[in-house]
Amino acid sequence: MTIDLKTVKHISKLSRISLEEKKAEKLADDMNSIFEFIEKLNELKTENVEPLTSIAETTLRFRDDKITSDNIREKILKNSPEKNDDFFVVPKVVE
Amino acid sequence: MTEITSLSLFELIKNIKEKKISSNEAAKSFVDRSQKSKKLNTYVTENFENCLKLSKEFDNKPNFDLKLPGIPIAVKDLFCTNEVRTTAGSNILNNFVPSYESTVTQNIWNEGGILLGKLNCDEFAMGSSNETSFFGNVQNPIAKNLVPGGSSGGSSSALAANLTPVTIGTDTGGSIRQPASFTGTVGLKPTYGSCSRYGIVAFASSLDQAGPMSKDVKDSSILLEVISSFDKKDSTSIDFKRNNYSSELTRNIKGIKIGIPKEYRVDGMPGEIENLWKKGIEYAKDCGAEIIDISLPHTNYALPTYYIVAPAEASSNLARYDGVKYGLRSSGESLIDMYEKTRSEGFGEEVKRRIMIGTYVLSSGYYDAYYLKAQKVRQLIKKDFDDAYNKVDAILTPSTPSSAFKIGEKSNDPVSMYLNDIFTVPVNLAGLPGISIPAGRDKNNYPLGLQIIGKPFDEQTVLNIAYSMEEKINYKNNITDWWME
Repeated sequence: MTIDLKTVKHISKLSRISLEEKKAEKLADDMNSIFEFIEKLNELKTENVEPLTSIAETTLRFRDDKITSDNIREKILKNSPEKNDDFFVVPKVVE
Repeated sequence: MTEITSLSLFELIKNIKEKKISSNEAAKSFVDRSQKSKKLNTYVTENFENCLKLSKEFDNKPNFDLKLPGIPIAVKDLFCTNEVRTTAGSNILNNFVPSYESTVTQNIWNEGGILLGKLNCDEFAMGSSNETSFFGNVQNPIAKNLVPGGSSGGSSSALAANLTPVTIGTDTGGSIRQPASFTGTVGLKPTYGSCSRYGIVAFASSLDQAGPMSKDVKDSSILLEVISSFDKKDSTSIDFKRNNYSSELTRNIKGIKIGIPKEYRVDGMPGEIENLWKKGIEYAKDCGAEIIDISLPHTNYALPTYYIVAPAEASSNLARYDGVKYGLRSSGESLIDMYEKTRSEGFGEEVKRRIMIGTYVLSSGYYDAYYLKAQKVRQLIKKDFDDAYNKVDAILTPSTPSSAFKIGEKSNDPVSMYLNDIFTVPVNLAGLPGISIPAGRDKNNYPLGLQIIGKPFDEQTVLNIAYSMEEKINYKNNITDWWME
């Protein structure tokens, strides 16, 4: 299997990472060599194997649905690249 | 008297408790040495002034019942520290100042530890040489232009250079054990679920674990005791009875069964690694252990499995970096354009590569062929260990297939870089505890490590074997301070 330039561009779109043409070619090469290495898994028959979804053999715990933090609005907003009063600002999304 | 900075953690604690050294004197020594060691590029963010201030406060009101009484400690910059910048080695978090503290670091401060600074690492812990960091390469104090390993490369370098008495790293596929091996230090990855992941910048959540790095085995046992805790804030934290690892530490390992997995004799393994392993087996026998040949048949499939599982989880975890609530933002014409430009400028090449691989293996039509397949093989790898542990108590292997390499030597070939983790990755996939201890040198005089892998939650046996073998091996780093200003 080979990953072509078109696929790389599609994945970059899905990943929300803009990609220059030149870098896309290099990335396609890298990904092909990595996937060549990954294809080794096809040697194994795994039809009857249960997938391992969590190494910690416990069911996830529930927590009480309670607010545990105090007023942290200021703290949360402090790191935002652009804010307006109590809001995070993003480029216009509705016309 | 020996210099303060070359004391082990255990000795430093002893001296502080006996009032022979004050916390402030210790802090001054480490700050001073760190300031003269900028060439190593270990620190991303220094906390020196605050550390000196806090050490004075400790001395004014000392509490010697604490496990780390007034001990200055630098940590990997992957742990969120309240009000102290946390970058994960990435441009996208260059200006990020957390408003909360990771559980593992909080445990250290609760026991009297004082933050010295934040240490360089591969970007989002993705790398084996510290070369993917936005903040530049880190030098290995062993020799000039040698990588310190990765991803906890700033940690291993700072530790080996005596800039911090101990440190903590994180290990997703070998990121504690491989840098420890490359710098002649000790690094322990605990069982998955032992140390809380709360507040650690996430890479691959089903694999990530924090762990101690130290100059000797005893120090790792002291630090593990502090950082290992059940934490409700981490949904995969496990509530089990934790040992008093340091007080239960013993060199008596008579009758312990140690397995030697034949599949770890990989093609092209250098003769000196093979010899190191053979010597390790002799040391283990000398310590009273019984050596048993075992098989871990799916070893060869661990790396390909890892390079599906880890990028898949990373692509999901790193989706949060969108330039909206925190971190870098690049300007764009639309929301999507802003996302794409932010992530393109904010992430480095290796991180982008892994996000892309992860996105691909999770994408529609490929999920079964890659991700599901990898989860199934992961089950087989775990079963290999389960079967082996019916016969043995622990497993002995080399830590890495080679010693530290030169900066730039492997950075253009991702697959050859990935092969570095061939002996460490299976341990993460199976969620087991593993330690790397320095065990010898190669022809260039660079350190080589041996790895001891234990049963789940049996860090004590791993530590005991390491402690016992350490005495027989009697390895000492000879650091020449070549970088000092």
